[in-house]
Amino acid sequence: MDYSQFLFMPQEIGLLFVFLLVFIYDTFMPARMGKHLPMFTTILTALYTVYAFFPCPDMFGTAFGGMYESNPATWVMKNILNIGVLIVMLQAVKWTNDDFVSVRRGEFYELILLTLFGMFLMISARHFLLFVIGLETASLPIAALAAFEKRYYESHEAAAKYIFTAVFSSAIFLLGISFVYGMSGSLYFQEIATSIMGIKSPLLILAIAFVIAGVGYKLSLVPFHQWTADVYQGAPTAVTSYLSVISKGAAAFAFMVILVQVFGALYAQVWEWMLYAIIILTITIGNLFAMRQRNLKRFLAYSSISQAGYIMLGVIAASQVGMTSMIYYVLVYIFSNLAAFGVIAVIERATGKVTMDDYNGLFRTNPWLAFTMMLAMFSLGGIPPFAGFFSKFFIFVGACQTGSVAIYVLVFIALVNTIISLYYYLLVVKAMFLRQDDCVIPYIDSHWTEELALTICVMGIIAVGVASGIYAFLNQVTGTIAPMFTMVG
Amino acid sequence: MNLTLLMYLVPSLIMFGCGVYGFLTRKNMIAIMISLELMLNSVDLNFVVFNRYLFPGQMDGMFFTLFAIAIAAAETAVALAIIINVFRVARKVDINELIKLKF
Repeated sequence: MDYSQFLFMPQEIGLLFVFLLVFIYDTFMPARMGKHLPMFTTILTALYTVYAFFPCPDMFGTAFGGMYESNPATWVMKNILNIGVLIVMLQAVKWTNDDFVSVRRGEFYELILLTLFGMFLMISARHFLLFVIGLETASLPIAALAAFEKRYYESHEAAAKYIFTAVFSSAIFLLGISFVYGMSGSLYFQEIATSIMGIKSPLLILAIAFVIAGVGYKLSLVPFHQWTADVYQGAPTAVTSYLSVISKGAAAFAFMVILVQVFGALYAQVWEWMLYAIIILTITIGNLFAMRQRNLKRFLAYSSISQAGYIMLGVIAASQVGMTSMIYYVLVYIFSNLAAFGVIAVIERATGKVTMDDYNGLFRTNPWLAFTMMLAMFSLGGIPPFAGFFSKFFIFVGACQTGSVAIYVLVFIALVNTIISLYYYLLVVKAMFLRQDDCVIPYIDSHWTEELALTICVMGIIAVGVASGIYAFLNQVTGTIAPMFTMVG
Repeated sequence: MNLTLLMYLVPSLIMFGCGVYGFLTRKNMIAIMISLELMLNSVDLNFVVFNRYLFPGQMDGMFFTLFAIAIAAAETAVALAIIINVFRVARKVDINELIKLKF
């Protein structure tokens, strides 16, 4: 075997190195050093994020007989996920040093690093075996993470609901792949694409539907979304933010690669219409259910369902512009959603309050937290100067460039839904700034790591939208994989 | 007796259907886990049969099955651990009792 192939995966190897160091620290360091583990991991991850940002020479290419591919787009996507994980870790430093959690704090970081490794494999996989292994590595540890708050019954219930839906969805996904294998005789993306070129069999349509259903569960698209709200509410907030942002972003990218590279030839015949229906349902139902939620974690769960529908607009474009805008959307979504979850995590840790009515009059006691939350809500809703507006704008433009009337209708429905979503995002802002309450949340002295994480998020929300170079850079990066989209038809 | 491809595929699909039915109707969490195993195993059977009958020259399907079995085992281990935790905290294995998180 040619071991130099491992040079194609510097990001994965760096991540494994970080994981091993954290594991060794957790296992062999004396117990009194345990309280430094979160900081140790975070600093190590920060160093790794910086390291991974500089591409090694000759790191782009395919390895392991074409099973694994590293190209500029996967490199950028992995870096974006690294930034998100770093923010999640910063937010969790104080929480993992709590009395009830501190016994298991090492496991939190190890499992998060391992799931990230699984997502990297998923993003880079060009073979269904590697993809399935990545998918399972990315989803199984999250069930264990959801059950992390052992003293709360809700945490266990969330984990049970997550693991059952995860296994069910992966069984459906595997059935779809087995049909694809039966028809094409290969598991390589490229070979499947060439061998199913002329086939129009009902079995193939069924297989595509199963694949979309299987990945749709991970992305929590309607009608596969039922687990989302329960799991988001029950799981610890750090895990929820990880689940809602990182895992969704990775799955969206991998989903687009599969649909375009494997089933690209069947775009207009089969999966454009499946995705079309799914997007309309996802955006609308996510919005309608978000309106009546009082618990903020459930509220953000439904909001993230409708955001996943917007991300899918980039997939249905099935073009280079679509992929650029999707990556850009995920980047912006990471900053805005993590800002919202960061504020919720700080308040929940200090007071245990998570409902919208608890936030009444928050601005008077905690102006900075309220301000950050307001920015996050504005960005999620898409109000102009903030990044969320630009990401929505680009994703609409990307979808419109397909030029078909049906997609124009879809974009119009998405636009109407953006306006509806402003209503419930502004409900939170209204509660914080305009409403009064007798028992307002007192002033919270947040830990400096949480403040740093929120500062990074706020800077991201403001800067990513204004700095137009980022979109141009992403477009240049996806330009290198543009040949992938030529077979869409 | 000559066994054809269809004589394997139909039972495998029936097995998958039984799994889905069990997943949707069973109340006991262990029974749900068994239904999920049924689904995963029918997929394994699919892969092996496709490989054996349609593409006898290669081993892709067999390898995939080996990995899928390992993944299914990991899934079962995690799920059983979670079920045991739920039972410890709530003294219940009935999925209908997990109703604290809703609307």
